[in-house]
Amino acid sequence: MLLRLEPRTQSSKWLQVASPLIAAALTIITAFVLFGALGKNPVVALYTFAIQPLTTLYGLGELSIKAMPLMLCALGLSIGFRGNVWNIGAEGQLTFGAIAGGGVALWAYGNEGVWLLPTMIIAGGLGGMLYGAIPAFLKNRFNTNEILTSLMLTYVSIQVLGYLVHGPWRDPDGFNFPETRIFNEVYGIFPVLIDGTRLHLGVVLALVAVVVVWVLMARTFTGFQIEVGGQAPHAAAYAGYSQKRVVWLSFLIGGGLAGIAGMAEVAGVIGQLQPVISPGYGFAAIIVAFLGRLHPFGVLVASLLMSLMYIGGESLQMNMNLPLAVTGVFQGLLLFFVLGSDVLIRYRIRFASSRREALG
Amino acid sequence: MEGLDTVVAILVGAIRAGTPLVLAAMGELVTEKSGVLNLGVEGMMLVGAVSGFIATVATGNIYVGIAASIVAGMLIALLFAFLVLSLMTNQVATGLALTIFGVGLSAFMGIKYVGTPIEGLKPILIPYLSDLPVVGPILFTHDILIYAAVLLVIGVAWFLYKTRRGLILRAVGESNDAAHAIGHPVMMIRYLAVLFGGGAAGLAGGYLSLVYTPQWVENMTAGRGWIALALVVFATWRPGRVLLGAYLFGGITIMSLHIQALGFNVSSHLVATVPYLATILVLVIISRDATKIKLNAPAALCRPFHPTV
Amino acid sequence: MTQGTGLWMAARRRGWALMLAVLAAALLQGDGLSAAGASLKIGFVYVSPVGDAGWTYQHDLGRRAIERAFGDRVKTSYVESVPEGADATRVIRGLAASGHKLIFTTSFGFMNPTIKVAGEFPDVKFEHASGYKRLDNVATYLARFYEGRYLTGLVAGHMTRSNIIGYVAAFPIPEVVRGINAFTLGVRAVNPAADVRVVWTSSWYDPGREREAAEALISQRADVVTQHTDSTAPVQAAQDRGVYAIGYHSDMSAFGPRAHLTASTHNWSNYYIRRVREFLDNKWKSTNTWGGIKDGMVVLAPLNRAVPEKVRALVAEKTAAIADGRFHVFAGPITDNRGNTRVAAGKTLPDGALLKMDWFVAGVTGKLKQ
Repeated sequence: MLLRLEPRTQSSKWLQVASPLIAAALTIITAFVLFGALGKNPVVALYTFAIQPLTTLYGLGELSIKAMPLMLCALGLSIGFRGNVWNIGAEGQLTFGAIAGGGVALWAYGNEGVWLLPTMIIAGGLGGMLYGAIPAFLKNRFNTNEILTSLMLTYVSIQVLGYLVHGPWRDPDGFNFPETRIFNEVYGIFPVLIDGTRLHLGVVLALVAVVVVWVLMARTFTGFQIEVGGQAPHAAAYAGYSQKRVVWLSFLIGGGLAGIAGMAEVAGVIGQLQPVISPGYGFAAIIVAFLGRLHPFGVLVASLLMSLMYIGGESLQMNMNLPLAVTGVFQGLLLFFVLGSDVLIRYRIRFASSRREALG
Repeated sequence: MEGLDTVVAILVGAIRAGTPLVLAAMGELVTEKSGVLNLGVEGMMLVGAVSGFIATVATGNIYVGIAASIVAGMLIALLFAFLVLSLMTNQVATGLALTIFGVGLSAFMGIKYVGTPIEGLKPILIPYLSDLPVVGPILFTHDILIYAAVLLVIGVAWFLYKTRRGLILRAVGESNDAAHAIGHPVMMIRYLAVLFGGGAAGLAGGYLSLVYTPQWVENMTAGRGWIALALVVFATWRPGRVLLGAYLFGGITIMSLHIQALGFNVSSHLVATVPYLATILVLVIISRDATKIKLNAPAALCRPFHPTV
Repeated sequence: MTQGTGLWMAARRRGWALMLAVLAAALLQGDGLSAAGASLKIGFVYVSPVGDAGWTYQHDLGRRAIERAFGDRVKTSYVESVPEGADATRVIRGLAASGHKLIFTTSFGFMNPTIKVAGEFPDVKFEHASGYKRLDNVATYLARFYEGRYLTGLVAGHMTRSNIIGYVAAFPIPEVVRGINAFTLGVRAVNPAADVRVVWTSSWYDPGREREAAEALISQRADVVTQHTDSTAPVQAAQDRGVYAIGYHSDMSAFGPRAHLTASTHNWSNYYIRRVREFLDNKWKSTNTWGGIKDGMVVLAPLNRAVPEKVRALVAEKTAAIADGRFHVFAGPITDNRGNTRVAAGKTLPDGALLKMDWFVAGVTGKLKQ
């Protein structure tokens, strides 16, 4: 093998900061080749992709609100992944949170008050939790693999949403299109925090969640139990830590956070329930969780990066007439580079050629 | 006999709908048995689908297309293998990145081919056998890839459980360090397993674009890759159960369409949930025996292998 | 250590030089974003990929027609696969904020986002397809696809022998329901014994699922199959199983030469070119356009050779009558499939009722209220 990886005795500190930069450099080089081959100016393309979305206040606001559901879902997922609990159904829990929160808003239609938004938030969290409890229950009681149950339930939740907006919850004044009424503008929709943007309360909730999750994992006994359960299950069992409790916690917290994300999406920028409320945040959050190395602050940064990739992709389409497919390729490559560069933190690359050594 | 005709039609439809799932899931099963989790099945299927389609249009020969879909799947799996095996990147994240990449790459490759028609593969008619009532359509009137999928299941099962090489692959998946200590080339085995998974997924995609609905449409796998992944788990990593699970899932989907076609009034949304709920229900029933399940999941799944010697 | 290293060092030097050259060349190129004179920038927002071979593909043909018709006077761009939630607002706003003065949003789900952005950008004009909300700078447009559906129903009703006709549909939204109803009215006009059976696929473009739905219908003895989904899979199923098919969105005969009887196709080019011309001439106004056969927005694909002469004549006659306004597809008496009279004799269903249609005419098997 020409390439050999030598484990470092200690993770390299400076590479923890440098590896994203190395990834960025590799991406820029690839971009030159890729966009150049397509006949587009690579410098302009990179600017359009990575910088332009950040140049306006509105753009920064959009970055934050798109990162919000990613952040919330990924925080919940990262807890579970640390505990070796594989929640693949964040998308479904997000949908159910939206249904619950939206349901409250519709039920209160005509009688809204200041109490509506807090109730919606709680309902969203509970809705996601309830939906997340199903795979947890099935795993603990019947030993059913949670990957499959949570994934299948995702598809079910989308059909439930479809059923509701096509049927009982359809807006009576909406010309029979599959949408609910628009939530009350004053009490049922998150207020915009900064003028000139769409930045809303959901972002604050996400930031609060980052801190709370950090405290939970780094400073509480429960967090410790989850960690040990994931890294050394036998030791955890020996110490009496209940893996079943870890499963419950992972799915309830993960589901609750995803549910709040769904509710915040609906009350923040959509304002009603529709057949499609999430472009796959629950799945993208899995990548975000790992990019952020399952650490709350890492998740914060990773969700912003992921959000930038989506928005940059739109920008490329809008301003450079590049088809969506190209941005998909570009995003995939960028992720490969980021993931690959991370390796350098834990391993040293050695180019070993026995022939050269023999000659030298 | 309309009732019997409907049952036959559902079974035939189930086999046809289940075949891409079988192909992709068998590839993923082998990959996972060696200890590697590849979540990029959807991306690999799409790349295989578009490659097979382009090759068929370019050469006019559908068998070249089938071969191309396998090779394309392997190539893109090679990229994945390099990242997670040689560079030891996180398998879950890399697999998801592979999906994003594969979806984009396939869409990009296929831009000029949307709306291009081709002649699909036709079912093989076996004299006398195909004409048998009931049994004829269900067992003897399929195209070669459907038969190939069944043979693949038998072949993989035989390889894994009846050959020495298969035993070694399973050992690698159970404990890569122990296998290495004995002297088996863990890296090489995993590379081959991942490549096999890629080739099978590519073939599954090729089946969709060359046989099932001979055309190229962006994202035409429509989530079948994820179902295939779920099927491997559902089947508790046993090849025979993958076949059954795929046909079961396909069958329930087809059945719900027939129920509508017969004129019954059912909410399309609620009916669409049935295959997923049924899958959960069946898995719950199978999984209650905890020891049986644990024995089948590869213990070293997702654990990176790094030779310290 | 000598030969090898020497070459290696030389290669590295050359590599750097190469990189610098590429960089320089890149920077010296025009940036492609410079204002091309007074070109009107036109934006398109698509809900699915252009490669869906259906709804969006036809809109994109319209976009390309604009480019051909106006050449350098316009510059179009599009964003595809835009989800109908929060992202739509950002994309529409992004187009408006980057100098696009005329923006087409081509899906119902973009309605509220379009209205929101239009409020912020009063001097940008928006065209929203299939919606019902307008502003001074937001126009709505849709085509009376149901007129084409009626005509194809005439053909289907005549060509069926089993009197069962299959309809592969995606979601029960009013537009799809209108299509099913108009089609069935056409079928029943020539063949009062025929039934139309609907199967829902719950997806706009999943060729595999569409195929399975068509196969299920054909197995249940449907010998003509039509669709309101994006791909050509139902036509292929019909071709393989030896029955007939009627396409939608575009002429799908290449996918089923024997089976394809005709198709009801979407033609946005005339409307798009007209609106761009009005904009360039400063005559653009917010209107609600619901054009049909008369305006060339709905065009019937050529009829299959197997269609007999008398049916061709009937189709031609009815097409002319619709275009003249002499014949209205939803003219009474019309009963729904539960026996209630929905339109009295001598009356016509008004546009408002058409826009929110949520019931099936007699002849359709199935019900809508869940």
